[in-house]
Amino acid sequence: MGSGRLYLAVAVGGFRRYATYRAATAAGVFTNTAFGLILVHTYLALWEARPGLGGYEQAQAVTYVWLGQALFATLAIQGGGFEVELMERIRTGEIAVDLYRPVDLQLWWLANDLGRSVFQLLGRGVVPFVFGALVFPTALPGDVATWGAFLVALLLAVVVSFAIRYLFALSAFWLLDGQGVAQALTVTGLFCSGMTLPLNAFPGALGEVVRVLPWAAQLQLPADVLMGEAAPLGAYAFQGAWAVALLAAGRLVQAAATRRVVVQGG
Amino acid sequence: MADAFIELDHVEKVFDVRRRTGFLKRERRRVRAVDALSFTVARGEMVGYIGPNGAGKSTTIKMLTGILTPSGGRLRVAGIDPSRERTRLAHHMGVVFGQRTTLWWDLPLIDSYRLMHRMYRIPDARYRENLDRLVALLDLGDLLDVPVRQLSLGQRMRGDIAAALLHDPQVLYLDEPTIGLDVVSKTRVRRFLRELNAERGTTVLLTTHDLQDIEQLCSRVMVIDHGRLMYDGPLAGLHEAGESERTLVVDLEREWPPIDAPAPARVVRVEGPRQWLAFPASRSAAPLVAWIAERYPLADLSVREPDIEAVIARMYAERAGRAVP
Repeated sequence: MGSGRLYLAVAVGGFRRYATYRAATAAGVFTNTAFGLILVHTYLALWEARPGLGGYEQAQAVTYVWLGQALFATLAIQGGGFEVELMERIRTGEIAVDLYRPVDLQLWWLANDLGRSVFQLLGRGVVPFVFGALVFPTALPGDVATWGAFLVALLLAVVVSFAIRYLFALSAFWLLDGQGVAQALTVTGLFCSGMTLPLNAFPGALGEVVRVLPWAAQLQLPADVLMGEAAPLGAYAFQGAWAVALLAAGRLVQAAATRRVVVQGG
Repeated sequence: MADAFIELDHVEKVFDVRRRTGFLKRERRRVRAVDALSFTVARGEMVGYIGPNGAGKSTTIKMLTGILTPSGGRLRVAGIDPSRERTRLAHHMGVVFGQRTTLWWDLPLIDSYRLMHRMYRIPDARYRENLDRLVALLDLGDLLDVPVRQLSLGQRMRGDIAAALLHDPQVLYLDEPTIGLDVVSKTRVRRFLRELNAERGTTVLLTTHDLQDIEQLCSRVMVIDHGRLMYDGPLAGLHEAGESERTLVVDLEREWPPIDAPAPARVVRVEGPRQWLAFPASRSAAPLVAWIAERYPLADLSVREPDIEAVIARMYAERAGRAVP
């Protein structure tokens, strides 16, 4: 299939672009490890005081921390993936170049972001995770099947993450300045995906709400699949539904944006 | 026209511009960027499309490439309605912006070309052949493994032109392809475009502010201003229509009263020992130079070509004054 090879090439390009910045990757590994250490001690204290919070044992809470650090860049939880570039291209009018091409804008950026995600997982995720697993008691599965189920959930999580950021990024067609949008992405991402605290531990109505928002598909569900707290099929259904809905919304907004909005600049 | 490749029939584009006039108060204004524009370009033609900033050039190109939908009129490129079938048309066209790049900034040049290979589904043999030819003609051999961000402007421009041509487009849109380039790079780009048009029969639409681009490349010029076609014909005719003038800059050995040059040449400015003389662009500078050299202590001189904006501005003022019914 011709277009499959194109989007594979785009994904490989996305991977290689991030791979060229080695110092940034090293700095990222250091940051995620440091943050993991801070967070893990906070969690240890918290679970000491409240055993079984959110249905997690202490070892599971520790696993959740290191998983969060490992997937922080992979899922672009606080933004900083393709959407920064896309918003900038919309603002400057460079987007015209993308529109002149015989490609699907959404698939193009999805492929690009998948490439980036794979690099971030290998380049920035593995080291903090292995470090955490070696130094702290964790609750990791021994069987290959669970790890496989986790990887599927992770792939779906990446797609949902992309779809959320794509919608946010397209708002630049109308707003032009992406800074406010980027900040909104950071805040919602950190809070609603359970980066600060597992969504399972959110109390009452707030917990009910955040657990059905699309951000729950990002970190919480892959973590629960890995630790056997959620059935894989149910998790996939939730993630898949959000992925389809958000990608479809992205297409609608994209059609409206490219039809009605003026491409900036001469 | 026998084989009209680009056809515009009373095409217009109207934008609604909203402007804040006070707290929560907005004023809506309709701006007619392109107004009843009609022209055809035959297959294999090389046409200069010029006009001042904001004249509607970019809007026209955006409609021709399908990223803007006309508000009215009929528009066809290779028989395709661009805004309805943007993706299908994209396979037949190449676009080069002087100020933008289609290349991947962080990756070696060759990576962008490999992507084009897939993007345009170019058969492997054709891709090889075209790449080899473009690399040779545009002298890109040493640059293929260099990340695009490290290329000079001239190198990047050549890289962009190659990227736009790998899929053998039938039409090439060039927007300021020589902007910011040094003389050597400009000459090289122009020579390449001339050969491309002659050998491959590629239709070329060129927007530029550089009159030399037009002079050396295009047999036909279209001038647009305020969204309307002001002139369509050979470049020589444009000079006549705009009564364009060249400027002879003369440095005398010392300050001197204004040179009493024979008409139609006349002094337009004096600054110390330097004087500026305007004369019709259609005439040779040689007799005027000889005349001055005989009578004045000439130290140095140079000739400035007419500025395209000035030509158009004059033409516009003249038409407005004449008030054609």
